[in-house]
Amino acid sequence: MKRYLPLFVLLALVVLVQLVTSWTHTTYYLTQLTMSAYYSLVIIGLCLLMGYAGQISLGHAGFFAIGGYLSATLTTHNLVTYQDHTLIVLLKKSGCLVAGQDLYGGQLLVVQPWVACLVAVGVTVLIAFLIGGPVLKLKGHYLAMATLGFGTIVYRVVLANRLFGEADGISSVPPFPLLPGVAVSGGFGARVSNYYIAWGLVLIFMILLINLINSRVGRALRAIHGSEEAANAMGVNTAGYKLKIFMLSAGVAALAGVFLTHYNGGIGPSEAGVMKSVRYVAIVAVGGMASIWGALSMGVVLNFLSLRGVFGSYDDAVFGVILIVIMLFAPEGLLRLKLFTRLKKLRGGGQ
Amino acid sequence: MTPILEVKNLNRRFGGLKAVSDVSFAVTENQIKAVIGPNGAGKTTLFNLISGALPVDSGQVLFQGKPLQGRQPWQIATAGIARTYQNIKLFPGMTALENVMIGRHSRTRSGFIAGMLNLPRTWKEERDIREESMALLELLEIAELADSEAISLAFGQQRAVEFARALAAEPNLLLLDEPAAGLNMQETAEVARLISKIRERKITVLLVEHDMSLVMDISDEIVVLSFGQKIAEDVPTAIQQNPEVIKIYLGDGDDA
Repeated sequence: MKRYLPLFVLLALVVLVQLVTSWTHTTYYLTQLTMSAYYSLVIIGLCLLMGYAGQISLGHAGFFAIGGYLSATLTTHNLVTYQDHTLIVLLKKSGCLVAGQDLYGGQLLVVQPWVACLVAVGVTVLIAFLIGGPVLKLKGHYLAMATLGFGTIVYRVVLANRLFGEADGISSVPPFPLLPGVAVSGGFGARVSNYYIAWGLVLIFMILLINLINSRVGRALRAIHGSEEAANAMGVNTAGYKLKIFMLSAGVAALAGVFLTHYNGGIGPSEAGVMKSVRYVAIVAVGGMASIWGALSMGVVLNFLSLRGVFGSYDDAVFGVILIVIMLFAPEGLLRLKLFTRLKKLRGGGQ
Repeated sequence: MTPILEVKNLNRRFGGLKAVSDVSFAVTENQIKAVIGPNGAGKTTLFNLISGALPVDSGQVLFQGKPLQGRQPWQIATAGIARTYQNIKLFPGMTALENVMIGRHSRTRSGFIAGMLNLPRTWKEERDIREESMALLELLEIAELADSEAISLAFGQQRAVEFARALAAEPNLLLLDEPAAGLNMQETAEVARLISKIRERKITVLLVEHDMSLVMDISDEIVVLSFGQKIAEDVPTAIQQNPEVIKIYLGDGDDA
């Protein structure tokens, strides 16, 4: 039970923040906290891949964007012109499509958000599987460069393709109805409910990933990080485990992309940008690499500050500087600086 | 007695160097067999070929009658061959206990989904892994080091952790690569005692060793390698009398 204790603290914090902002009429903060939660979801997934399994990815914005863009395209692209096609008729009958009206009263036929979400995440995981096979044979700098290349390709594709809205991205993405009366949307009235949806999702994945870290698989991933050769000799299918954690991490990023896109009502090419990937890596590093709680807390704080515009036009530069400073002075992460270790000892706690 | 491991006409080159050249021998069940030879004789290469860390050029390795060629090291480990390393390879950032727990990997099953959901059978398995690993640390008399970071331990203690990790896999065959390397006489005696303990667990042992006294004391049979070739295979007393062995160990001024 000990491992879940911090999760109760997190839950209490989440509720507390909501109550305080409601009392003080500052619920506008919840918007950025909701977005930060989705970005943090990408970051905890990346933390597992990078911090625990020791495999760097500079392409996670790519996975996030594939999820977001696919969901946005599927839920906005009008299929009315193909409505007599057998496949479309079949999909419509099975409830995978929804009919509606656009702004001008024209007929609209788009993919149901749940279906779009499943397809988006599924396709992302499949892409991760396909590129992960060859790419994960690489190590260190070479893996970093290959994943960077992947991220760049995704960026150029969404920027160049009319289907993905080119430089404008995709807008007017409809809400994502999760349950009757509960939808992922950026509507003013849905601010509080969406804050809870986002943090609920983060909590669910924190539970799942913390369980994984503390399992036989998590131990094997850490062993791979330590020595791939020795892990293999101990019976760990190193190639298979690396591929699986890569796919899991990509799937989590895609899910975050889907939710944030419906929340924002759109997605633009900057989400696929290389600087976004660098930012995710920087935040995992600040959090202490192999520390999912460090990754989560830094993910929320830094994304929140960034979204509040605290870093102004130096936003990307700030994350670059953070990465350099952390690598130079605290490669173990900010929370493992001597000061914090001492505090921890004072408190008399271990892990 | 049926052989648990058969090495048949094994060859491996590194460029122009024949590291292992046409080597054949067999290890019978519950035997302690040693491979000795001067530095560069191809002993560690032989181990790497058996454990799958290196691909063979030609020849065969049969384990329990089945060929091991083309299998990944993790598959060979799962089939029942565990190993230790000459220059200890413990996992950094993990405690001694966690290192031993990794050894249980090939004998346990829980995967990604079960791990994430922490199903009852998953945490029961995890509890068993922990208890069995702890028992092995107790067997090796290093239980008090369970929570210390493995790579920060003293050399002899690290070797004991590596032993425990290999035993955790419940191997049928245990490959020990120079288990006494870097140890003093007292520690070497400990290792000898340990290897005898291992035999009581019905585990067959194949070891590569430099330390002659250790090999002569504990082995049932000895294979002698020189420049990648097998020059002798016999019981220890006969090996001690073998003029060719004496020549390579004493005559050419080697380091034995």
